[in-house]
Amino acid sequence: MVPEEICLILEKQFGDAVQSTKVEGGHPHAVVAADRWPEVALFLRDDPRLRFNLLNCISSLDLLADNKLACVYDLSSLPLDRGTALIIETHLFAVRVVTDRDEPTIPSVARVWPTAEWHEREAYDLMGIRFENHPDLRRILCPDDWVGHPLRKDYEFPLEYHGIPATTEYELTNPRH
Amino acid sequence: MNKAMGETILESQPDLLIDIDRREQGDLDTEEMLVNMGPQHPSTHGVLRIVLRTDGEMIQEAIPHIGYLHRCAEKIGENLQPYQFIPYTDRMDYLAGMNNNQAYAVAVEKLAGMEVPPRGQAIRVIMAELNRIASHLVSLGCYGMDMGAFTPFLYCFREREMILDLFEAACGARLTYSYLTIGGVFQDLPEGWVEQCREFLDYFEPKIDDYNNLLSFNHIFIKRTGRIGTISPEDVVRWGLTGPLIRASGIRWDLRKVTPYDGYEQYDFEIPIGEPAGSDGFPAAGIEVGDSWNRYFVRVLEMEQSVRIIRQALDRLPEGDFRAKKVTNVKLPDDEVYVEIENPRGQLGFYVRGDGSAIPYRVKSRGPSFCNLSITTHVCRNCLLADIPAIIGSIDVVMGEVDR
Amino acid sequence: MSWIENRFEEGLILTSLDWAINWGRSNSIWPVTFGLACCAIEMMATGASRFDIDRFGAGAFRPSPRQADLMIVAGTVTYKMASRVKRLYNQMPEPKWVMAMGACTVGGGPYFKHGYHVVKGVDLVVPVDVYVPGCPPRPESLLEGLMRLQDKIRQETRAKSEASRAKAAVV
Repeated sequence: MVPEEICLILEKQFGDAVQSTKVEGGHPHAVVAADRWPEVALFLRDDPRLRFNLLNCISSLDLLADNKLACVYDLSSLPLDRGTALIIETHLFAVRVVTDRDEPTIPSVARVWPTAEWHEREAYDLMGIRFENHPDLRRILCPDDWVGHPLRKDYEFPLEYHGIPATTEYELTNPRH
Repeated sequence: MNKAMGETILESQPDLLIDIDRREQGDLDTEEMLVNMGPQHPSTHGVLRIVLRTDGEMIQEAIPHIGYLHRCAEKIGENLQPYQFIPYTDRMDYLAGMNNNQAYAVAVEKLAGMEVPPRGQAIRVIMAELNRIASHLVSLGCYGMDMGAFTPFLYCFREREMILDLFEAACGARLTYSYLTIGGVFQDLPEGWVEQCREFLDYFEPKIDDYNNLLSFNHIFIKRTGRIGTISPEDVVRWGLTGPLIRASGIRWDLRKVTPYDGYEQYDFEIPIGEPAGSDGFPAAGIEVGDSWNRYFVRVLEMEQSVRIIRQALDRLPEGDFRAKKVTNVKLPDDEVYVEIENPRGQLGFYVRGDGSAIPYRVKSRGPSFCNLSITTHVCRNCLLADIPAIIGSIDVVMGEVDR
Repeated sequence: MSWIENRFEEGLILTSLDWAINWGRSNSIWPVTFGLACCAIEMMATGASRFDIDRFGAGAFRPSPRQADLMIVAGTVTYKMASRVKRLYNQMPEPKWVMAMGACTVGGGPYFKHGYHVVKGVDLVVPVDVYVPGCPPRPESLLEGLMRLQDKIRQETRAKSEASRAKAAVV
């Protein structure tokens, strides 16, 4: 199924919840309103035409210029029957959910795709997006007492952690951005 | 025991209630124990830490804690040009550096609209498949070692060293190659390399039977890994597991066939999947689809297929350029791509977003081991403590990629 | 040496205590199995068929730090891991040595500039005896580092106290 059809199905089903779509370019996707996202996710997974049963990746984005944060959900569909034939038919699609940068919250989809649990924890850890109704929202990569969310564009590097100096020449390590 | 009196105490301590119920049923009084496995543990393959809540020998809950090797790759990715970031992708999945180079290169090429010359593509396929064999050899050897068989480890490393020699001849490094780069490969193959590679393949192919005799069909090994940690096809997809894990559960899914990249559609190969006991070439009993043994054995079968692909690629290695003309300071358009390729451990994805400059605005990598590891809690429930290494080893995690 | 001939039974060996102890220690270094990252794979390769670290008596990789003499810090140390590295070091019995393997443990390596979560050198956490540069160091380099460590052990003397030796090491 081509991205145009998927966008049409989504717009027909959810109307305003699909804020915009982009089908040309390297990454066709639809932008979905944050508050309707779990509904849309469930539909994407269960609708017999779409059947996006595999959540590949959640990429968090810091759109500093617009003062927004976003999550990009990459989905693909694969048949579950124990295959003798080779599976060639698949379709890929992406959904983007945008949220406010000052109070970033997005509803969790960990109950729709269990694999989202760790991806969302990662997005929370590195980008500081809070996922509502997440079963276990803790930092996953950085230690629990880490300060700040490293992948934000305005993140300041730590000078020391638990008595270990970060570097002797801090000026040299000032990140670009 | 007086239940009414007990209940007041029990409201604050619900765990006690279970104990009392058990005792009333004549069960022995057992105590839950928290066992910390890792971050320094010989069979966790790196710095994985698993907190196990055990009841005697039974695991009640296994919670993995990761992040002990978080090396900030994504932050680095958005501060460096793509060709400068290639060496960091090596260090993500350090057992399959070539495949990681390839994933990032394919993503950036798609974003920048670059074309890879046919020779470059063919060399990439050869290198990626050789690295797949090398990576699976480490996986096999270490899995055997986890299960108490030390000999296969030495055999596997013997063959792996030969592959590393081939890599060294091509690019000079043993582990972190940075050889597959944006737009093709870094340099052409040296003289005599193709013959050397053919020689190795002729030597290597019969060795796979050795591994099977040594380890795969070893009765003790099958007892130790068969029917342990079985994952159903539904769970595999729900938890986003890919690579040998999804195939061991009986789903014929391989990105080299599904969404071919770098000219994989030209090669003739099969996708091995896990089979039930009694199938052709499988043990007569003791295994089932989706168990640890099948996850191990799919890797053995994949090595045979990789040999097949390399032979075909060597036969039809085209002449010409090995790299696109302009690979540095390439302006990335204000667009985004998400590309996945088939890594030895599963689907390795790169999300790259450009903003018009030569440096990406955002780089996100989806490590296959990261997703594969997330099923640990689910699959380790109610298994024996001694089966934990069997399950973790069969998932074959590389912590560099889990934590990135 | 006529003054000593025929005065003792056969099989008697004469040596100095320092030499004998150092000889024993330097030829039976037991490393702890402590792989952190990429370098651990090269450490494994050093222990496997081709390079065979057993030739130097250092092939008995111990799973527990309490049985080991040498900690090869093989790979990037992160802030989350640093306290564990320190604890492992403290759990090792004396005498103990530390080898920093790879650029990351020597001084942050490729993660020096943008690596917010990477310790810029393991010597900020535990004292290091031998630095082995490389990213990752080839097995030959690791063996070279091991030989340098053996040289260092051979020069140790028991005439100085533990504290004064530590002081000398700092200077």
